[in-house]
Amino acid sequence: MGSLSLRDVVKSFGDVKVIHEVNFDIPDGSFTVFVGPSGCGKSTLLRMICGLEGVTSGDIAIDGTRVNDVAAARRGLAMVFQSYALYPHMTVYENMAFGLENIATPKAEIARRVAEAARMLKLEPYLQRKPTALSGGQRQRVAIGRAIVREPRIFLFDEPLSNLDAELRVGMRAELIDLHRRLKTTMIYVTHDQVEAMTMADTIVVLRAGRVEQVGPPLELYNRPANVFVAGFIGSPRMNLLEGRVHRSDAGGIVVELPGHGVFATAAQGGRQRPGDKVMLGIRPEHIRLEGDLNPLAGVVAGVEQLGGLSYVRLADPAVTVQLPGQTRLDFGTGVRLHLPPESIHLFDAEGLALRRTGDAA
Amino acid sequence: MGRFLTATRGLGRWDWTDWAAHLYLILGMLVMFGPVAWLGLSSLKSESGLQAFPPTLLPYEQSSVVVPGRGTLKLFRVVSGEHAGQELGELRRMGLQSQLVDPKAPDTIIRLKLEEREPVTRLRAAWENYSELFGKFNFFGYFWNSVFITAVATILTLLVNSMSAFALSKYRFSGRDAVFLLMLATLMIPPTIVLVPNYLIAATLGLTNSPWGVIWPAVATPTGVFLLRQYMLTLPDELIEAARMDNASEWRIYWRIILPLSAPALAVLAIFSVMWRWNEFLWPMVVLSRSESFTLPLALNAFQGELATQWNFLLAMTVVTLVPITLIFAVLQKHITQGIASAGVK
Repeated sequence: MGSLSLRDVVKSFGDVKVIHEVNFDIPDGSFTVFVGPSGCGKSTLLRMICGLEGVTSGDIAIDGTRVNDVAAARRGLAMVFQSYALYPHMTVYENMAFGLENIATPKAEIARRVAEAARMLKLEPYLQRKPTALSGGQRQRVAIGRAIVREPRIFLFDEPLSNLDAELRVGMRAELIDLHRRLKTTMIYVTHDQVEAMTMADTIVVLRAGRVEQVGPPLELYNRPANVFVAGFIGSPRMNLLEGRVHRSDAGGIVVELPGHGVFATAAQGGRQRPGDKVMLGIRPEHIRLEGDLNPLAGVVAGVEQLGGLSYVRLADPAVTVQLPGQTRLDFGTGVRLHLPPESIHLFDAEGLALRRTGDAA
Repeated sequence: MGRFLTATRGLGRWDWTDWAAHLYLILGMLVMFGPVAWLGLSSLKSESGLQAFPPTLLPYEQSSVVVPGRGTLKLFRVVSGEHAGQELGELRRMGLQSQLVDPKAPDTIIRLKLEEREPVTRLRAAWENYSELFGKFNFFGYFWNSVFITAVATILTLLVNSMSAFALSKYRFSGRDAVFLLMLATLMIPPTIVLVPNYLIAATLGLTNSPWGVIWPAVATPTGVFLLRQYMLTLPDELIEAARMDNASEWRIYWRIILPLSAPALAVLAIFSVMWRWNEFLWPMVVLSRSESFTLPLALNAFQGELATQWNFLLAMTVVTLVPITLIFAVLQKHITQGIASAGVK
């Protein structure tokens, strides 16, 4: 069992509040990713959950029991650190056994659990080596193995892949997902890389400046970002965001005027929006079309990135990136006419909150 | 070794800078090592050899000869006069004259002026300086006192200083920096100033004439705390957090994680502590007044009597005192340089 719930959790360092009234629940067995730009408090939040940092106010509960005053070791969690934090003077075996020795586990039981973890992580040939004699990926696995042998209720990962090279990272990502499938233990994973978040998570918690911006499954965050920040943060390349004003608001949706580029019909519902109100229009690069007749937008190509399988075309005015399937003949300086499908347009109000679209579930 | 000793700047020939460098280094070696060699060689001289003028570098000793009916006589060579070239045994000296006999004709007494004869010497190491040292004096007693104080004080120093350094480097508590500064500030107080108050405390606690009187005051050293703290600051906090997550108690974190990882700094401090305790003189002299509790430096000092000093034994004992510390230093010097490089500058 390993469910977690946070209620109005606040953390202050002196006068500086770094975590603001955070609330969310993580069900047992889920893979949750905390994602956000650096300095958003995601690591602090993780350290508060595992007990390495105190909680200024609010409650953290594991399996329904409040653990605010329970020492880190007694919470039944295991953490994999960004730097792995392997004990450099101990062998791989000793590293994994240390936590069990500390709770006076019988030697045979330690040997059994370490052997099992080593088999699962393919570390058997390295058990008698020191961490310095291992590659980055192997060290990573030892750190995970050290967490596994303790059979925790929840695994906590603090940016565990950030020290690996790109190729290894993709491999380890798959291994971690596989591990989660086999162990079926709750895992909480912190990263600043939204690609990692999208590919691994059941649930993503997007954090910014100590506040939870949105909680939800990856595709929900992608399809229905709750605000401008999530819209810009989730998805690569990032969503195009253009400032505009409400031109007209009626039953069909809000029509937005982008200064200098005409008016655009959207599927957003605007009860309180009045003509002249500031709004932010967002559309993902892959949703922009070159053909069609709705919402035309004229521009000049300022740059092209050909990736072979797909191409990115950048426009300077307005600053828009377009993702095209396959390869393109467009080149620098070419004038293009884009079309923004109304159903793909996200509209955000002056506070940055998303406006509901027709067809969105309530 | 040969290549090392004849190393040049790498121009393939001996440049003048190579000559200058080697000259400088040889000079330095003479200045540094000369006195030690002098001490070592002198410790092998007999008492009379030590007083010979002009002094000799190697341990020479005047030869003697056994003459039937006359006993053992010192041998002299006659340099001028009718007996020139002969080797004679000296019976006695009278003023500026010397009475000698020929060992082959012991009945004829030959009278010579002092300057007409010179002593016959031979190279002989007076090992008895060493062998008698162990028999004549309570050398092993002093040696044991020194070893006991050095070993126990070093172990306690490492333990106490590392615990203090652990707290000062890895725990966050109010007043931590103040405590640390206070500790460092004590470095600025010369030990002689606190000698009397320290003695009063030691006397009140009944520590005089006990090795513990030397050990306890030496156990906490600001230098050691500073050295270890600076090193421990470089150990990542995540290791401690990982250990905490691994259910390790604070003592286990200290004992199983911090101590093994601080080994280079601990080695440096251990060597320093051994040298300090082994060579310490002033404080033991104040605390220890009974001869049986003396350490080696005190015993060396006691050898210098008010009227007479047995230099040959004093020198031999000095050598014996130097040997252990030299060996320790030679064995561990690699650790010292490594440790200082990693502990001090980081």
